[in-house]
Amino acid sequence: MGRSAEKVIPMTVQHSYITKLLATGKRADGRTVDQFRTVTITPGVAAKAEGTARVWLGKTDVVAGVKMSIGMPFSDKPNDGVLIVGAECSPIASENFESGPPDENSIELARVVDRGIRESKAIDTEKLCITPGEKVWMVNLDLHIFNHDGNLIDACSLAAMAALQTAKLPKYDPKTETLDTMTHTDPLPVKRVPLAVSVAKIGKDLIVDPTADEEAVMDGRLTMTTTEDGNICAMQKGTAPFMFEEIEQAFDITKKKGDELRKALAAALK
Amino acid sequence: MAELLKKERDFVLPGDELVKSMDYLPGKNAYREGDSVYAKRLGIVSLSNRVVSVIPLNSGYMPKAGDMVIGTVEEIQSNGWIVDIKAPYSAYLPLSGVREFIDTSKIALSTVYDIGDLLYAKVNMANSGSVHLSMQDPRSRKFRGGRIVKINPAKVPRLIGKMGSMITLIKDRTGCRISVGQNGLVWVDGERDDVAAQAVDMIERDSFHEGLTDRVAALVGGGPVPKQGDNYDKTQTKG
Amino acid sequence: MTKLKRKDNRKADVIRPISIQVGVIPNANGSAMVSIGRTTAIAAVYGPRELHPRRLQIANKGVLRTIYSMLPFSVDERIRPGPSRRSSEICKVTRQALEPALYLEEFPKATIDVYINILQADAGTRTAGINAASAALADAGIPMRDLVGSMAAGKIGDDIVLDLEGKEEEETDCDLPVAYMPNSKKITLLQFDGDMPPADVKKVVKLAIKGCEIMYEKQKEALRDKWVGAQKK
Repeated sequence: MGRSAEKVIPMTVQHSYITKLLATGKRADGRTVDQFRTVTITPGVAAKAEGTARVWLGKTDVVAGVKMSIGMPFSDKPNDGVLIVGAECSPIASENFESGPPDENSIELARVVDRGIRESKAIDTEKLCITPGEKVWMVNLDLHIFNHDGNLIDACSLAAMAALQTAKLPKYDPKTETLDTMTHTDPLPVKRVPLAVSVAKIGKDLIVDPTADEEAVMDGRLTMTTTEDGNICAMQKGTAPFMFEEIEQAFDITKKKGDELRKALAAALK
Repeated sequence: MAELLKKERDFVLPGDELVKSMDYLPGKNAYREGDSVYAKRLGIVSLSNRVVSVIPLNSGYMPKAGDMVIGTVEEIQSNGWIVDIKAPYSAYLPLSGVREFIDTSKIALSTVYDIGDLLYAKVNMANSGSVHLSMQDPRSRKFRGGRIVKINPAKVPRLIGKMGSMITLIKDRTGCRISVGQNGLVWVDGERDDVAAQAVDMIERDSFHEGLTDRVAALVGGGPVPKQGDNYDKTQTKG
Repeated sequence: MTKLKRKDNRKADVIRPISIQVGVIPNANGSAMVSIGRTTAIAAVYGPRELHPRRLQIANKGVLRTIYSMLPFSVDERIRPGPSRRSSEICKVTRQALEPALYLEEFPKATIDVYINILQADAGTRTAGINAASAALADAGIPMRDLVGSMAAGKIGDDIVLDLEGKEEEETDCDLPVAYMPNSKKITLLQFDGDMPPADVKKVVKLAIKGCEIMYEKQKEALRDKWVGAQKK
């Protein structure tokens, strides 16, 4: 079905156009190298979920949804709720996405978002314990792409945190051991706001929030997930190699941009 | 007594009844059912003599012999190239479609056209899903430098304009070199390529606006254009 | 006959609040989002485009493929992504609901792919999906005989009602979705779960058709909003 992502051939003309323009500090859509597209965050887009948010970065359009259920904890963490993250690069979003089970891009996307949330302990999983060793809350976080115009990791990370922060636990009746999904009680305990910011390397330049056209010609991608206190809780290098100096540069960029996105998120959830 | 239900330039949707009469014939993108003619596609009504048709506002590209298109070399085969022309069918450029003689025992085809190269080619043959290209037209070339702007293929006739008036206006006023592919890819090169690209975007967005030519002229600079009308339907399709 | 009381105080022949937005997925050739109450379907059309593998191609006409899927969090109990027996059947009836409207013969060997994602489900997802797909196909400029309106009707107690919402659907013993092309009066989708004499079924079909006509007009309005509205701005 359609063409696989690997078969998309960057046109030589477009490649040299984007590189030449960057050499003068400009981008095809008029942005500066460290500028995000318009960020739009809309929480509460699906009534049956415990928490949802749709996020647009320019034309990139993603949705994250949280469903809660009751399950068994892992044996090495009997007192902790469980986070499960899934992502689908659905063919609705791009002519280059194919139907079928998640490919390695979807899986990487889910895992990078997952790692940021998990390592920063953003969710207070101990508060999600019902009966130690037996029953805990399972947090199912699903990411879905509606329109792919680049930078899916950052968009999904932002949507994920918006969905988690607005999620409420359904009412659990310990006697009957059933969930009342119509009635929601406490908010999901979220302690920190880790957000992924990716830099794309094109020639000598590092840019943020690349479009699909920019991603098609980029030499490398580096994603860093930062928290509000300045720590880094996940990194993922994609495609080509980076120099150490470039990674140092990325520390500053991802922290600064992460803080901007955190501000936008807080404003949207007010 | 012919009963016209829609006027020239009216917006219509598939299934909209255009005329209730046997006196009119269905033209492009229209069909007859019983005594009536209906629209087949989303677009604008066009009447000429006793033919009622619909000019589409959105369409994919369907290759037609004689069209100039812009395509990307996707694959090199033993006797030619597979070119992606943003159509439902990939196109084949055979060795025989190239201007110069190529001795395949001496040179690799990738030295002529390599994967990722952008070509301005003519559709030589297009039937039932098989498309052949040629680089023998004088306008044909491999692009070096410049940039690509995308436009809906339905708007290409408007971009070119009556007798090429619109595209000539943009070329002259911006000093850019521009090649228009019927498949909706437009190649632009020059100092003021951003202005030319904006003009192309404007035509795509406002293609059926009154006074489009004047607005484009205002954007690209150089004063108003001598009146020649905004005759949207009688546009030329030559690149 | 007892007085009809619906969960949301609607009259028997009233559809939940409808909103249709065309052109919601910029990458697609055409797209639409249809919300009916708390049911939301998003449809995108890609094509006509090349069909792979080759053996699926038809020499003298194009192929329509419809892929219906529910997002994992669209329902009360999370569903695993990927096809199920239910979604496979819906893909098939959706395709057959839309195919009669299309001039597929204009695109030999090619495919038109319609993806339908259900963002939230509160009954009537297949009909919402068909409405979204129909508007998306028109938006994509695909040649069509007519748009396809779709709506379900059913029965609550003794009353025949339009557009069952989630709770009503759970409780009813009759659910009948229809898709309809008003110009030619052709019914392109007809399914029924229930246990009723033919005379009653007939009445339910008639009411569903009325609902289809309403959805058909709403699609037209939304398409005009996008295309004519944009020209006026």
